[in-house]
Amino acid sequence: MSANLSALFYLISGILFILALRGLSSPETSRQGNYFGIAGMAIAIIVTFLSVGNFGIGFIYVIVFLLIGGSIGAFIAFRIPMTAMPELVAGFHSLVGLAAVFVAISAFLKPDAFNLGSLGNINLASLIEMSLGAAIGAITFSGSIIAFLKLRGIMSGAPITFKGQHFLNLILGISILILIFYLCRSQSSSLFWALVAISFLVGVLLIIPIGGADMPVVISMLNSYSGWAAAGIGFTLENTALIITGALVGSSGAILSYIMCKGMNRSFFNVILGGWGATEQTNSDKTKEQKPVKNGNADDAAFLMKNASSVIIVPGYGMAVAQAQHALREMVDVLKKNGVKVSYAIHPVAGRMPGHMNVLLAEANVPYDEVFELEEINNDFANCDVAYVIGANDVTNPVAKSDPQSPIYGMPVLDVEKSKSVLFVKRSLSPGYAGIDNDLFYRDNTLMLFADAKKMTEEIVKNL
Amino acid sequence: MEIDPFIFRLSIFILSIFVGYYVVWSVTPSLHTPLMSVTNAISSVIIVGAIIAALSGSSAGNIFQISNIFGFLAIILAAVNIFGGFLVTQRMLQMYKKKKK
Repeated sequence: MSANLSALFYLISGILFILALRGLSSPETSRQGNYFGIAGMAIAIIVTFLSVGNFGIGFIYVIVFLLIGGSIGAFIAFRIPMTAMPELVAGFHSLVGLAAVFVAISAFLKPDAFNLGSLGNINLASLIEMSLGAAIGAITFSGSIIAFLKLRGIMSGAPITFKGQHFLNLILGISILILIFYLCRSQSSSLFWALVAISFLVGVLLIIPIGGADMPVVISMLNSYSGWAAAGIGFTLENTALIITGALVGSSGAILSYIMCKGMNRSFFNVILGGWGATEQTNSDKTKEQKPVKNGNADDAAFLMKNASSVIIVPGYGMAVAQAQHALREMVDVLKKNGVKVSYAIHPVAGRMPGHMNVLLAEANVPYDEVFELEEINNDFANCDVAYVIGANDVTNPVAKSDPQSPIYGMPVLDVEKSKSVLFVKRSLSPGYAGIDNDLFYRDNTLMLFADAKKMTEEIVKNL
Repeated sequence: MEIDPFIFRLSIFILSIFVGYYVVWSVTPSLHTPLMSVTNAISSVIIVGAIIAALSGSSAGNIFQISNIFGFLAIILAAVNIFGGFLVTQRMLQMYKKKKK
């Protein structure tokens, strides 16, 4: 196949990828969008085979390896529980990153196969592009591995910080640039390996100081990086499909990071430079005095909700941990049978990744037109009888609106306290990720339900 | 004077960033998780590079030179992502249903 013809087909697959993302503007069109994406991928792979034009023994090996990887991927995709989605996405990002590194290494070792010059005499532009692709890919890989370990709970989610951390990162970042510069002058392979190694290290150092509730930003950011790595390789290979895809994925991840940061009223750099809880320890000490809380049980909760005319449910990460989404749906079904109007309110940063709560509720067969975003539903709390807070904490804290001293001041929060009564399911009075006390616990209209989210919800169903 | 082909690729890249910007802002927030998994799947189009790497010089007989091996490894990684990414996205999207009337 001629190079011009294959370039046109790569363009078509790039356009199909754009349509795949476009489909996600509504759940109705999203499934069709996914098929566009699959078609784009199939075209890109077939065109590559045709343009290489070699159907010997190597081709068979490629198909075999493709099927091995494909079956592993399909197996994971069918078996993974929906609650494990954040770590799955982090894991997948690491694979894209590593694949980018491997392709860059291969191109460096055998540039003639890619028309980039010869070994030790690679075109300057191609060398810069492949170094950038390899460096960003390596950062994506090791960063995603750390994110995966933290989300999976293998590694503590707490931020790991040490003295001089930012300075070290700065030095390493500059040394990457210096290495690329000298690599371009000498074409030495040891410099290339050093570049890859340092980039792996940077990925680790970049993610370890970020923890817990900042995870949505981390995942979005790594999503973005995997795109830029793909684009870097796309420039090296002069491949339109890769360049378009890299740009799409890169900007998609960047927008998601922005939305997540805005949901916490924090700047991107503030998140990247380290833990929230770690910097603001002063508040917890002065509010140590015991304030009275109203303690309720499942019976009280069932009574309140049965007699309500409208209930708003506020899910958070705790719901995912307790796997309470199915029990929650059962509870809502019973309430709806009793003529209670029920809707769900989702904060942008609820959970550990963008849209985490929506997927879990969809899994429990909650229709998506009962689920609302913060801006859509926040005014309804004033007219609602019961707010049922399950596994959320910081995103309901009224302090964010009233106390300029608070570290979360200015963060958009759900106006839960405006509803007639608040049922707050929580295991203890301990503060949330931000490390600050939630004022909501001590309000007159709040009833604390101290229990595991799933057990409490099941109990309420029994009492309804 | 002729324009360097790099400039054309750069133009495609920058225009695609703009396309991505507007398309992604129109994605409904409830589908942000499927957005991440599908972007992950499509970024595995890097498999194109992996295939070229794996097949380079294979006509000469030896297909297990070091650069080919890296290509084969990249094929496995990208294939896990392609199948895993699209299938898990499909599985998620199947769950988004409207209220039964």
